[in-house]
Amino acid sequence: MTVAIKVENLSKKYVIGAAQERQDTLRDWLVAAGRSLRRRPTTENEFWALRDVSFEVHRGEVVGVIGRNGAGKSTLLKILSRITEPTSGRAHIRGRVGSLLEVGTGFHPELTGRENIFLNGAILGMRRTEIARKFDEIVAFAEIEKFLDTPVKRYSSGMYVRLAFAVAAHLEPEILLVDEVLAVGDAAFQKKCLGKMGDVAKEGRTVLFVSHNMSAMQTICSRGLLIQTGLLIDNGAIGDIVQEYVNRLQTQQHKSAADRLDRRGLGRSKIMSVDVLSQKKGVFVGDEVQFAIKINRFLQNLSCILTIYNALGQRVAVFDSSLRSEIDYQSKDLSFTCTIPNLWLSPGKYYINVALTVGGEFEDHLEGAAFFAVEEMPVLGRALRNYSAPVVFPHVWSVPEGES
Amino acid sequence: MTETALTKPTDELGVVIEPTRGLAALQLRAVWQYRELLGFLVWRDVKVRYKQTALGVAWVVLQPLVSMLIFTLLFGVLLKVPSGGAPYPVFAFAALLPWNYFASSLNRASTSLIGSANLITKVYFPRLIVPLSGVLSGLVDFAVSFLILGVLMLVYRLPLSWTMLWLPFFLLLAMTTALGFGLWLAALNVRFRDVNYLVPFLVQVWMYATPVIYGSTLIPERFRWLLALNPMTGVTEGFRWALLGSRLADAAAPGGLFYVSIVITLLVLISGMVFFRSTEKTFADVI
Repeated sequence: MTVAIKVENLSKKYVIGAAQERQDTLRDWLVAAGRSLRRRPTTENEFWALRDVSFEVHRGEVVGVIGRNGAGKSTLLKILSRITEPTSGRAHIRGRVGSLLEVGTGFHPELTGRENIFLNGAILGMRRTEIARKFDEIVAFAEIEKFLDTPVKRYSSGMYVRLAFAVAAHLEPEILLVDEVLAVGDAAFQKKCLGKMGDVAKEGRTVLFVSHNMSAMQTICSRGLLIQTGLLIDNGAIGDIVQEYVNRLQTQQHKSAADRLDRRGLGRSKIMSVDVLSQKKGVFVGDEVQFAIKINRFLQNLSCILTIYNALGQRVAVFDSSLRSEIDYQSKDLSFTCTIPNLWLSPGKYYINVALTVGGEFEDHLEGAAFFAVEEMPVLGRALRNYSAPVVFPHVWSVPEGES
Repeated sequence: MTETALTKPTDELGVVIEPTRGLAALQLRAVWQYRELLGFLVWRDVKVRYKQTALGVAWVVLQPLVSMLIFTLLFGVLLKVPSGGAPYPVFAFAALLPWNYFASSLNRASTSLIGSANLITKVYFPRLIVPLSGVLSGLVDFAVSFLILGVLMLVYRLPLSWTMLWLPFFLLLAMTTALGFGLWLAALNVRFRDVNYLVPFLVQVWMYATPVIYGSTLIPERFRWLLALNPMTGVTEGFRWALLGSRLADAAAPGGLFYVSIVITLLVLISGMVFFRSTEKTFADVI
């Protein structure tokens, strides 16, 4: 097999001073320069986003990059996409690279859908003739035929995202670098996108894929890379890597939600605490459970999305506060509470991811925000056996009559 | 699994990503490879500029016309600035034309990187094409203004002359100057937002240091070499010579001082490219 990507001892250092106390103006810079003359620069404000990372990806392989927020996954993709330079080490890339770190990069609100397809295509590295050839396909995929000549500023956010993804999905590079772009759009569209990603993989293209969606990772990828605090700590079959990741999520969770640094989003509103509440000591199959999420600030249209994952990293259930019901009510404090009258989950370990969003954009996102174990409990008088299926239902059997 | 030799990758086969050391090559080939994207960025700039404004193209016509009228009134009629025998409105407009192009291009180029921050942090392409597109997209406005000049010359019944064939050359000098300084300012702007305040001020002062409202003959002979240090002198005087040469009493074909201008422009352009390239790698991290 041929090697498509070969990464050798890749490291990237950021100097925190430059990023955090930004020296935006000449005056700040002069002040800082004066200070550093007097005092030797220290190494403590250096931050290694990646450290000595080495791996290979063969042609046609689909590799998932897994790690917590801030682990260095995006930095890795940015270096491989040549957006930023490594501090040391090198990477060889063989083949035409297409990188998708965001959908809709370079979209201009004043331009029409048609114009933006060409512009965005060119930005993603497509030739004009290539875009023209795929134009109809892109329009059909995005389902925006009627609005082709409308400026995209009049598009709904759903249409905008569909169009943006459609252009990106028709990029045909030999090597595709994808960063968490599937976390957009409605469910039907997400499914379509995942399908498209699967096709790309089947066509024998090399894909490096970053996502927090462990289920998608396990369906699409064959191999996984686990990155933690800038180090590549594991490299192997995707199932094992996801498992390892989930184990580590749990064992390394000491900090409270408010103090965690491995979060992403705009940060105007933050998750302060996540609690799993039940009447009894412990959560039992079929019990009422509450997930209480305290936040520090309310924003207009803020909604909370809560996802339950099982110990295999598979997505089990999603709860989205933006989908309202007439029986919802409002709390007086800064909190989102999701009440599940009967938790019909199989006994086992689970974790939840919590996201705060405004209009589809992340304000805050925490992985492994809380962990809980569901304990066994007979359901309608019936004991449970562990078949390792994620859900259980109360049920009644009628069986053929006979000796009992 | 066989280890494939990746030691000698070519551009078609692959790319090696590693920290650049010292002065990197200027990457002009990469710019050429991305010429289509450059074209699209120019097209976007132009399209959006005319789409967003209610008056659209009318602005491009109004702006230089109004400046010319004010200059004519103030300097031509009231202050009686000598225009070497040519009608003052044409005299002023001939220099305003390249000057306006230069000023807006310089302005666009120096803010171009900041304005494209979302592209720079998400996609790879040679960053050089961003300020380059700023300089190129101004050519459309220039073309429109040029038509006005044509009308003006018709009105004053000024004859065509062979020297006009030199115009593209002077325009190229204006473009090069704008790009050279634009590269410096754009790269500095990523780091220091002071540049945003500096540029309008710089353009204003620069205009008075350039023979736009006056002719270079207004300056005493022994100080004229000072003007030559400013490459835009060569451009505006060149435009006047090419357009009105036969009518200007003391117009001379570009001489020795002009070559000084060209050398200065090239120096600024080359140093600008080198500086831009050497800071380019950190753009995505600092912007």
